[in-house]
Amino acid sequence: MTENVATTDNAVPPATRDGTRRRWWDRYSSTSPITLTVLALVLGVVIGAVIIMVTSATVLDAWRHSFHDVGSIGSTLKITFDNVAAAYRAMITGSVIDPTLLFHSISTGQGWTVTMTPLSETFTYATPLIIASIGVGIAFQTGIFNIGANGQAIMGGIAGTAVGSMIHVPMIIHLPLTLFAGIVGGAICGLVPGVLKAYTGAHEVIVTLMFNYVVNAILIYVLTATALQLPGQANGISRNFDASATLDPIFGVKSGLRVSYGIFVAAAVVVFAIWFLKRSSLGFDFRVTGANPHAARASGINPKFIILALFVVSGGLAGLAGLVQAASTTHYIDGGFLVGSAGIGFTAITIALLGRLQPMGIVWGSLLFAALGVGGRAMQAATGIPLDLATIIQSIVVLFVASPVLIKEIFHLRRGAQSFQMATKGWSS
Amino acid sequence: MRVELKGVTKRFGSFTANDQINLVVEPGQIHCLLGENGAGKSTLMNVLFGLLHADEGEILIDGQPVKFSNSGDAVRHGIGMVHQHFMLVPVFTAAENVVLGFEPTKSFNRLDHKTANAQIHELSQKFGLEVDPDAVVENLSVGLQQRVEILKALSHDAELLILDEPTAVLTPQEIEALMEIMRSLARDGKSILFITHKLKEVRAVADVITVIRQGRVIDSVPPTETEGRLASLMVGREVNLTVTKEATQLGEAVLELRDVVVRDDRGLAVVNGISFDVRAGEIVALAGVQGNGQTELAEAISGLRPVESGTISLRGRDITNLSPREILDAGLGHVPEDRQRDGLVLSMSVADNLILNTPRRAPFARRGTRNLTAVSSNAQDLVQRFDIRTSSIESTAGSLSGGNQQKVIVARELSRPLTCFMASQPTRGLDVGSIEYVHRQIVNQRNEGLGVFIISSELDEVVALGDRIAVIFAGKITGVVEPTTSREDLGLLMAGAAMASHD
Repeated sequence: MTENVATTDNAVPPATRDGTRRRWWDRYSSTSPITLTVLALVLGVVIGAVIIMVTSATVLDAWRHSFHDVGSIGSTLKITFDNVAAAYRAMITGSVIDPTLLFHSISTGQGWTVTMTPLSETFTYATPLIIASIGVGIAFQTGIFNIGANGQAIMGGIAGTAVGSMIHVPMIIHLPLTLFAGIVGGAICGLVPGVLKAYTGAHEVIVTLMFNYVVNAILIYVLTATALQLPGQANGISRNFDASATLDPIFGVKSGLRVSYGIFVAAAVVVFAIWFLKRSSLGFDFRVTGANPHAARASGINPKFIILALFVVSGGLAGLAGLVQAASTTHYIDGGFLVGSAGIGFTAITIALLGRLQPMGIVWGSLLFAALGVGGRAMQAATGIPLDLATIIQSIVVLFVASPVLIKEIFHLRRGAQSFQMATKGWSS
Repeated sequence: MRVELKGVTKRFGSFTANDQINLVVEPGQIHCLLGENGAGKSTLMNVLFGLLHADEGEILIDGQPVKFSNSGDAVRHGIGMVHQHFMLVPVFTAAENVVLGFEPTKSFNRLDHKTANAQIHELSQKFGLEVDPDAVVENLSVGLQQRVEILKALSHDAELLILDEPTAVLTPQEIEALMEIMRSLARDGKSILFITHKLKEVRAVADVITVIRQGRVIDSVPPTETEGRLASLMVGREVNLTVTKEATQLGEAVLELRDVVVRDDRGLAVVNGISFDVRAGEIVALAGVQGNGQTELAEAISGLRPVESGTISLRGRDITNLSPREILDAGLGHVPEDRQRDGLVLSMSVADNLILNTPRRAPFARRGTRNLTAVSSNAQDLVQRFDIRTSSIESTAGSLSGGNQQKVIVARELSRPLTCFMASQPTRGLDVGSIEYVHRQIVNQRNEGLGVFIISSELDEVVALGDRIAVIFAGKITGVVEPTTSREDLGLLMAGAAMASHD
């Protein structure tokens, strides 16, 4: 056993042969996590293209025609390419920036709102995702699989909405208080499974997963049977946030750009997470516990305390994400809040894994997912290709990132790419 | 059956684990493969057993080249292997384990227990390996479990038996019995490849000794070679096998145990009323066959396992059932038995591992914020002082060799103020060079007036290090004796014969 370990340990990287071509190849093939993710994205886009080809009526008609008239193969290929290109062009211009509009804005100084809307939307969608995914990422790094981020986000949304809509104080107090309420709501929601795990040994995956359903029910309850319900309404809908408790658009409501001060909250969370994991003593304890719970215990770390603290941090961040979502976009919550496809807490799990649990990786992952979502809508509007294509690409990216061996085979990479397995190990524990 | 390996080379990436290995095992020969951990012994055996494929070279059986694509092929060619970690199903009986995969069945695929038992009985008779076919394996002693493994290999008509580090888990008496079995199998014409890094055993049983170092065959020597010569062949330099100790001034008792009772995970009292003292300036070595309560005792002392009754105190302070944190802070240094499980975080850096149990202590952290500069300079200092071979302090602990991993733990524990230093199996799995180093560190601590408590199942280690030797059997101390006590007496104590006098 030890012998085998020692054997592989001694395996040193192959000596780099001379020539820059060789060096480039070595770097490319040494599969850094970033290379791997980019390649996964490339594969996702390629497979997406194939799906567009085989589902687009125009493309299929063209091919059918070519069967009878081989001479038209050139135009058929052109139609195929144009369709795919149009779809991806719409996706990119709809989520990042449209160069035509950009040049127009630069030359005339007008139309900036239209030009910047895609970017604004992408950041708007990414903001709560970043916060929630970092919460999930910290939990996963600690070896605790908090699958309850969505419930915690809803709870944060409920608590934050209550404070934001039912307490009336000046903004300087109100906004921080509302944000804090979001954190507390999520933390309390996280503590329930935390206590169950720490003191009864219940498995957190089951408890947190099930707790999501409990929270869904709580959401409906508070929206229909408590003072949080908008007065005079029979539907499940909450009161509106006070203006002093909302995260307003950075460029003003009139600008038409939705991107809000929420991104500063997300930025603060990112900075906090980087500091927390790298520089804080508690973060060190979290990482030790996640990497080796036995050694953690032997070196004096109290596992119960870590579980509780982790759920406070992770649940708190998820709660903050839910609150940011409500306070920056709708300014109220209803029965559909974060339910179903809007469940940022579930997307957060995927993004946390995609970002390899690292804060900066999560930022990029959130931006990618938000861009695919926003761009997918633009694509649907422009080309009629369903939004689901974006979801398919998202899923394929995650699928390939989760199977580094496959990527290595496809691109003939040599080694590395173990980092992801770290993130997903221990699901059975 | 004559087995020959010709020019076998096995590479992992650019690392050559086996380099042009030539080896011949004659029928009826006990051939010993001696080498340090990481020398390539297990790799070679895995190639021979079909678990790995050689990049070059060939395997000849009775002069015919053979190709094994898996271990099933090797078994069909008459090669059997007893792994270091037994491949038995603990809740099955001995007979069920032996027939596993080739079960005799009655109608409707029901297991035919009668035939199975008869087969085992016949095998046992034939080779003189007594095992109760109906005994459930988890209730058997380790030595008997090993017999079941050997029977299993023999049941497939193995002509060559590979024994991978078979003695690591046995008592001296069981080792003697195993050697007797090996000799009798050899008399019946079976060949045996015996893998080990223990010099005494090699000389006792082998017909031929092949020494492997860094993947190459260094030499083949007769068993009459001296231990010192074998050790230097193995390590590649002169090795000092004996530990020199000067007399020291004994101080106060630093670790006192009184009637300590500890239960294992199944609720059995595996430590059953143990009392002893460790005084400053002495090494007390706890000898015993693995599984007699040592693991649980060490866990109880370090706070990882509750003490049912009795008291444990550290320089007069009662530390019974305190948390691991409080016991660490009280000054207990602990090298855990399973260093990769309890002592290190393999995926984290050497620097972080060197402060693993003091991350909040000044200067490594202040008000919840870590001081990474202090962590690094501490690591630089310890890596130098304890000669830890690592490419960088930022390398992961998992990238180090076993010996260097142990050095990281020893360095960490000895770099903080201690009252008592406890080490469980401090040299398990280490090569001769690292053993020498760890022993010297332990003796140095004793010379500087620390109380040292060693738990080891290596009799050589116990005798070499201990100023006093306590022997544990079935959760009780069967005797506390001088290190000059004969090995036979120690062996008897380890097997449960109580001592009348001493203490």
